[in-house]
Amino acid sequence: MAETTVLKDSHLSLSAKLRQKWAEIYKARWPYLFISPFYILFLIFGVYPILFSLYLSLTEWKGLGPIKFVGLKNFELLLKDKVFWQSMTNGVILFFLYVPIMTLLALVLAVILNSKRVRGFRFFRTMLFIPYIMNIVAAGFTFRLMLNQKYGLVNLMLGIFNIAPVPWLESIWGGRISLCLLVIWAWLGYNMVIMLAGLQTIPSELTEAALIDGASSSQAFFYVTIPLMRPVILFSVVLSTMGSFNLFSEIYNLTGGGPINATITPVIVIFNQAFGNFRLGYASAMAYLYFIILFALTLLQFRYFGQQAD
Amino acid sequence: MLPRRLSLWLTDALMYALLIGVSAFMMLPFIWMVSTSLKPADEIFAIPPIIISPNSTLNAYVYLQEQYNIIGIIKNTFVIAFSATILRLFFCALGGYGFAKFKFPGQAALFAFLLGTMVIPSAVTLVPVYIIMRDLKWIDTFWPLIIPGAANAFGIFFMRQYTMSVSNELMDAARIDGAGEFTIFWRIILPIIAPGLTSLGLIFFMGSWNDFVGPLIYLKSPEHFTLPLIIRSLIGPVGRTVYDVQMATSVISLIPLLIIFLIFQRRFVEGITAGAIKG
Repeated sequence: MAETTVLKDSHLSLSAKLRQKWAEIYKARWPYLFISPFYILFLIFGVYPILFSLYLSLTEWKGLGPIKFVGLKNFELLLKDKVFWQSMTNGVILFFLYVPIMTLLALVLAVILNSKRVRGFRFFRTMLFIPYIMNIVAAGFTFRLMLNQKYGLVNLMLGIFNIAPVPWLESIWGGRISLCLLVIWAWLGYNMVIMLAGLQTIPSELTEAALIDGASSSQAFFYVTIPLMRPVILFSVVLSTMGSFNLFSEIYNLTGGGPINATITPVIVIFNQAFGNFRLGYASAMAYLYFIILFALTLLQFRYFGQQAD
Repeated sequence: MLPRRLSLWLTDALMYALLIGVSAFMMLPFIWMVSTSLKPADEIFAIPPIIISPNSTLNAYVYLQEQYNIIGIIKNTFVIAFSATILRLFFCALGGYGFAKFKFPGQAALFAFLLGTMVIPSAVTLVPVYIIMRDLKWIDTFWPLIIPGAANAFGIFFMRQYTMSVSNELMDAARIDGAGEFTIFWRIILPIIAPGLTSLGLIFFMGSWNDFVGPLIYLKSPEHFTLPLIIRSLIGPVGRTVYDVQMATSVISLIPLLIIFLIFQRRFVEGITAGAIKG
């Protein structure tokens, strides 16, 4: 019915245009219906919360009773909030502590596994990847047990070499390094598998040609493999950057943010303000500021890497 | 300069040393976890450490069933993960099909918007979503862990890529035979994209089975807890944590995923890498 109407209207009056548009939309009612669940759910659990959270960031609210409008007070408090800025600094510190090592190690392991000289490809890939499927609560508590200062397996093993017990979870840098060990343990395999898939898209003729032309294998790695892998490396680094600020379960279950907030991250602070202190307005303001900073950081990374690629 | 054969041999040795070293680092926590779960309490902190105790016992596992009804907890975790996965797969397959096989006004903008939603960190929506769940009286139920994520942006993107490679001929033939649009999706498209759904389903199932933050926020009474939440709740007063029981729970939470992973390893890896390489 609607389609025949369109054919009849040859002159383009406004109502005809509207009717034509409607006919197009009506004709596409099935795909609209098929994709609608996402948009409906996002409206309820995405758009509305984002707007409500923006409003809450200008208020004081405990979750019950009247919402008190306070203007920009939360953001003023935030600028002076030592714990929040400590958590942002921690994100940066954690990033530098584990992202370069993990990315490089993942790349090197992927190149090794991808080279035809190594046997047991499937075995090693499985070994390296399996930690990724373990839930982080179990992993966190296993690490806690192994890193126990007095009785932990790690310190007992170090004791064999006459190394004094390391206060893994009891000192600032010990805590940070323990956390990085856990994160690398859990995420190295994931990053390696991604790099491996990236390597498999590079035609092996390219590296072979470089080798025939007299390049050493390390030259082939740095001048052929790495430039071609740049998009995959960028993907992995950007994910890890967001990851280091977003760490939650790892910290919650290994160090609890301590000692003396040395391993606390923004998401932990936001969670504690919201569900520990019930300062919902303040937590929302914090979440917004955190989102803006993180977004800027991601853009910056894309720009930096993007420019180098040209 | 080293002779070529020696240098090749050295490179090989170094490569294997690195692979074996890192693999050992990866395996050590698993070994210690299983070992601790089987030890009698007084051997957990024995010096020197015991790996396989001659006094091995399943006490920790029995205790878990008696005190925490661990079978009920496994059931909770499974019910949540299974229903979340099925619902997600359905909506992602449907949405992916809608984007891959139809042309409609606003398609490009809607798809760009869908991808854009992936950069929003969950911290921003944390508080309001909690308030919504409270007003719906959904706190301490499984719904908050199933419904909000039911249509997942990454999943729709993934299924769109997968469905685009399906040929149009079967669909067109079915249309000429007068099949309805939903019938075409259900009877013709779904069986063809099943391998893609398996990859995606494995990722969804693992994510939900291992989820910690969701259950931590929404589940209140211990009989509704999931496995990761039980492991967390087993932390006792300082020095009194029952490590053997905690490690036993960890072993239990790992085994089903380990079996699934070893069976479907190829599909699993495909699902994980698809987003990074094609995107």
